[in-house]
Amino acid sequence: MMTRNVALFVTCLVDVMRPRIGFAAIRALEAAGCDVVVPQGQTCCGQPALNSGDRDHAAALAKQTIKALEPYEAIIVPSGSCAGTIRCHYPEIFEHDAAWLPRAQAVAAKTFEVMAYLDEVCGWKPEGVSVDAKATYHDSCSGLRELGIKAQPRRLLKSIDGLTFAPLAGEETCCGFGGTFCVKYPAISNAIVGEKADAIDATGADLLLAGDLGCLMNMAGKLNRKGSKVRAYHAIELIAGMGDGPAIGEEA
Amino acid sequence: MSGFTDRADAALADPILKIAVERTAGTAEAKRGIAVAAFPDFDAARIRAAAIKDHVIAHLGHYLEKFEANAVAAGAKVHWASTSDEACRIVIDLCKRANAKTVARSKSMLGEEIGLPHALAEAGIGRVETDLAEHIIQLADERPSHIIWPAMHKTREQVSALFKAKHRSPHEEETIAAMAESARRQLRGEMLGADVGISGANFLIADTGAICTVTNEGNAELSLVPPRVHIVTAGIEKIVPSMPHAIHMLRMLARSATGAALTQYTTFYTGPRRPGDRDGPEEMHIVLVDNGRTRMREEGLAEMLRCIRCGACMNHCVVFRQIGGHAYGGTYPGPMGSVLTPVFDGLPKNRDLAHACTLNGKCQEVCPVRIPLPTLLRGWREKSWREGLEPTSMRFGLGVWAWVARRPALYRFGTGLAVRAMRLLGRKGWIGKLPLAGGWTRYRDMPKPAAQTFMAQYQRERRK
Ligand code: SF4
Repeated sequence: MMTRNVALFVTCLVDVMRPRIGFAAIRALEAAGCDVVVPQGQTCCGQPALNSGDRDHAAALAKQTIKALEPYEAIIVPSGSCAGTIRCHYPEIFEHDAAWLPRAQAVAAKTFEVMAYLDEVCGWKPEGVSVDAKATYHDSCSGLRELGIKAQPRRLLKSIDGLTFAPLAGEETCCGFGGTFCVKYPAISNAIVGEKADAIDATGADLLLAGDLGCLMNMAGKLNRKGSKVRAYHAIELIAGMGDGPAIGEEA
Repeated sequence: MSGFTDRADAALADPILKIAVERTAGTAEAKRGIAVAAFPDFDAARIRAAAIKDHVIAHLGHYLEKFEANAVAAGAKVHWASTSDEACRIVIDLCKRANAKTVARSKSMLGEEIGLPHALAEAGIGRVETDLAEHIIQLADERPSHIIWPAMHKTREQVSALFKAKHRSPHEEETIAAMAESARRQLRGEMLGADVGISGANFLIADTGAICTVTNEGNAELSLVPPRVHIVTAGIEKIVPSMPHAIHMLRMLARSATGAALTQYTTFYTGPRRPGDRDGPEEMHIVLVDNGRTRMREEGLAEMLRCIRCGACMNHCVVFRQIGGHAYGGTYPGPMGSVLTPVFDGLPKNRDLAHACTLNGKCQEVCPVRIPLPTLLRGWREKSWREGLEPTSMRFGLGVWAWVARRPALYRFGTGLAVRAMRLLGRKGWIGKLPLAGGWTRYRDMPKPAAQTFMAQYQRERRK
């Protein structure tokens, strides 16, 4: 098998809140035959600034991220929303910047969400992984609508022994996280995630899976507050065979 | 009026509103899903619809002149208004010249946009609404909360109570049929006695000078046929080149709005009554309104002029579904309203609207003319930032964060500290109260971060 020299863009949220997701991504990518590097110049892709309207800071962080990531064959991100920022929005940011636009486009073209990369590019499937549980899946918005991620995680998860699925009503409906939306309009966000948490509970699943830590923290935080027993993981944790570790909000 | 957040809070505290909005928007969402799935290639049709509108917007002058010439040739009079005040003045003048005591109005969002109900009241001209929902709104002295279902925020029970209080001979049974009958009794006489009819337009057809209106109650016809004078008010972006284009847009409009293949009543009409015609108005006036539209084209909002006012974006919006239309504070609610309201009412008063969106992209996915609503909202956020309208705390906070994030070594040190501080606040795996994130922890818990950041763990493991 050809080894691929790929860079992992960890994302600020995974870095600070749940490093396991980064390690799971590395483990799965290595199993799929990739050589994974974590470039040290990375911090955050700039999405919070971009979505707040602060284009200058967004551009500054985008430049830093481009510089850190451009030497690699592919850039892998364990988050649909951060991958979407690099793929879809970096070229927009530098629309009128002749020097940076080609660099932004080049990086955008080789940036992938981790599960999409494993499934579509590597054609890989987890082997010998088993999890005895019933899961339900939430399609996070940016991954779904900016990158077309829908079938890929499901295909990967279907290769896990013992894992069964319960469909989630409104699986494509936003959970109300929205980056800074959840702190700017907490009451509206709460009403949205409240409905989401009820729908998750109604599936009777043991596990809630998704591909974005922000959404997962929002849903898991609400589920915990309402006393639900559903446990939440980033799907890549299960795919990488790390589903036996603590779920989001459980002590290690 | 109070600000967006107060209005949203009030809406969230109203359980009946939630039920009412969910009944209508939920049904519309489901029906649209079925209609679109049954359409051979809806995406190709959306691309075509967007292309038709883009073409028209790029050559607006050409098509408007063509429309005017053809409408005039058919016997209509065309008037031009660049602001809402001017538009109202023209309409009021026409009404006065016709000696109108009452006008029969058919629901039109443009009429709401330019404040026509208010202008009529000020001029002392009576107004009978031919659209049932508008009649409800008029009785309740409220504003529409949706562009297709102006009274969607009211439950049937609330409407029944309203009719009982306000109708001359109200219904006795609580059935829909009895309630509709009560409205008929109330409205019919008034409608037939109106001197002037005022309606909007869904499409203006350039190569014939025809107007197209769609309603589900046939009420546009009631403002168009019986009165002696008929006035059409329409935004200049409503133009389409020809009938086949109008038909394509109609197919998109009905499916996106209600999930129906076509609206109950779709009427095309050109000019006033001709010699030998048995009915129709003696005079027909068309008021073409700019009200910021050409400015939108210049200010990077040209894509918004594609909008055919189907309401799909709001029906599918998670935020709209929680707070309803009144919370948006403008004529147009939901995602499209959040883009449009700052055009009409200024950004300083409406900067909240651009932010009250999770950027989840569903509105763009369902929009029949593929308007990139999230991108346009982000554009307003950028303008607001550039113009210094964003709160100082936000500007300062993001500034500090970006400054640190551009210094990876300092950033790693900072995140290391933050993780330790957060862990001190946690009990078991969760943090129930987090300073600076009170909005989060008021409603949900925050998971406690791991003992070390990814970067720290990764460095440590690599050193081994
Ligand atoms: S923006 Fe699109 S979805 Fe919303 S009302 Fe206009 S045409 Fe319909």
